[in-house]
Amino acid sequence: MRRVVITGLGALTPIGNTLDGYKEGLFNGKSGAGRITKFDPTHFKTQFACELKEVNVEEHIGRKEARRIDPFSQYALIVAEEAMKDSGIDLDSVDRDRFGVIWGSGIGGFKTIEEDIEDSTTREIPKYSPFLIPKLITDIAPGHISIKYGLRGLNYATVSACASASHAIINATDYIRMGRADLIMSGGSEAAITKAGVGGFSSMKALSSRNDDPQAASRPFDAERDGFVLGEGGGAILLEELEHAKARGAKIYAEVVGVGMSADAHHITAPHPEGLGASNVMKYALKDAGLSTADVDYINVHGTSTPLGDIAETKAIGKVFGADAYDLNISSTKSMTGHLLGAAGAVEAIAGILAIQHNIIPPTINHHTPDPDIDPKLNLTFNQAQEKKVDIALSNTFGFGGHNTTVIFKRY
Amino acid sequence: MSEIAEKVKKIIVDKLGVDEAEVSNEASFTNDLGADSLDTVELIMEFEKEFDVSIPDDQAENIATVGQAIDYLTSQAG
Repeated sequence: MRRVVITGLGALTPIGNTLDGYKEGLFNGKSGAGRITKFDPTHFKTQFACELKEVNVEEHIGRKEARRIDPFSQYALIVAEEAMKDSGIDLDSVDRDRFGVIWGSGIGGFKTIEEDIEDSTTREIPKYSPFLIPKLITDIAPGHISIKYGLRGLNYATVSACASASHAIINATDYIRMGRADLIMSGGSEAAITKAGVGGFSSMKALSSRNDDPQAASRPFDAERDGFVLGEGGGAILLEELEHAKARGAKIYAEVVGVGMSADAHHITAPHPEGLGASNVMKYALKDAGLSTADVDYINVHGTSTPLGDIAETKAIGKVFGADAYDLNISSTKSMTGHLLGAAGAVEAIAGILAIQHNIIPPTINHHTPDPDIDPKLNLTFNQAQEKKVDIALSNTFGFGGHNTTVIFKRY
Repeated sequence: MSEIAEKVKKIIVDKLGVDEAEVSNEASFTNDLGADSLDTVELIMEFEKEFDVSIPDDQAENIATVGQAIDYLTSQAG
């Protein structure tokens, strides 16, 4: 089977606007949370989020072009640009008919949906902007990336709520294995910190409402967790067929050795109480990789800081890994970045890849009170990064709708 | 420059991301100012909003240059 490696990375997150900035934030246990600045949150139950800081979009995308695209696509273009540069690829020397893009976003152009529709319908005669549709559709992000770089290979978006970017990485891996492409820019982006985004998730009782201390709100596995914190941004992961990467002397971050996908078939938003879909998906990925549970050094969990989800996931880990669960490190980097929804799978995959590259486990910050329903023998990497030799890192993401994904990375 | 012409040019500069110097009366939205078919529809919508008029499609088709937009909107204002 053709092997797939990672040869370029890009990140735009609430704790760092570049791959290096993100790495620094992760290893230093930085929180990206603060009071919402995008709109006046005074009358909202949740008034904080993990927003991006000081992103100069026009530095990356021309003024006219920036105006024609929703922030989720702007973020996609910014991170794809970083990954493309990072890879050192010479676009004129590769076959761009075999260079694809598979991109995840849970919602797509939320700001466009909210603002443009409001603007259009308040006219006496309703009239809709010709950019309404091409701004809001989720697949426009991979479309923009292909147009910018002339990538004529397979191209589409994956949509599975918070598992979207992971599905993108998984599909990309499988298609390169199958020989349908040699290079695929994958990853995901999300820009859902809007009034409807905050209000909608809040009504579901999914969000933390710790308004008096936003930076301490995202606290996966802590007994006093009260929901997730919305984040935004994107992550790009350039996947390349191993021989293709070697032939051009590419820098190789890690290999994608195993992927898994499953469904809970249980409830639209609540996780299966015993983590059935979550345990299945980890098993599928381990089998795909030909690895045993003892081989895994680090699990970057979905761990959103919701009361039910964190328990279900740790139960699933216990079920799959048995006693081996106590020998590995587990952490939820959402404690720092917040929940990037459809982009989570990309930025968290990057956290796993950085752990392999630097032999450092990013922490689960904000741990104060143990939860009696969470096995105390698990090493959840609380509060501070830990040094550890990491050869195998596993990333889980789960989405509303009951979608589960696991991707396993291995030191090359 | 009339007030209408000033407003028209400002909208074009803003929406098409071009320099004001390029926005001459003779300039064609698509041939000279880099607009595509979607941009031209949006420009018409912006003119409607700014000048509080409704521009029927058959009239909009005849507005292809900066000058034609100014002339049409001046005639409506009159």
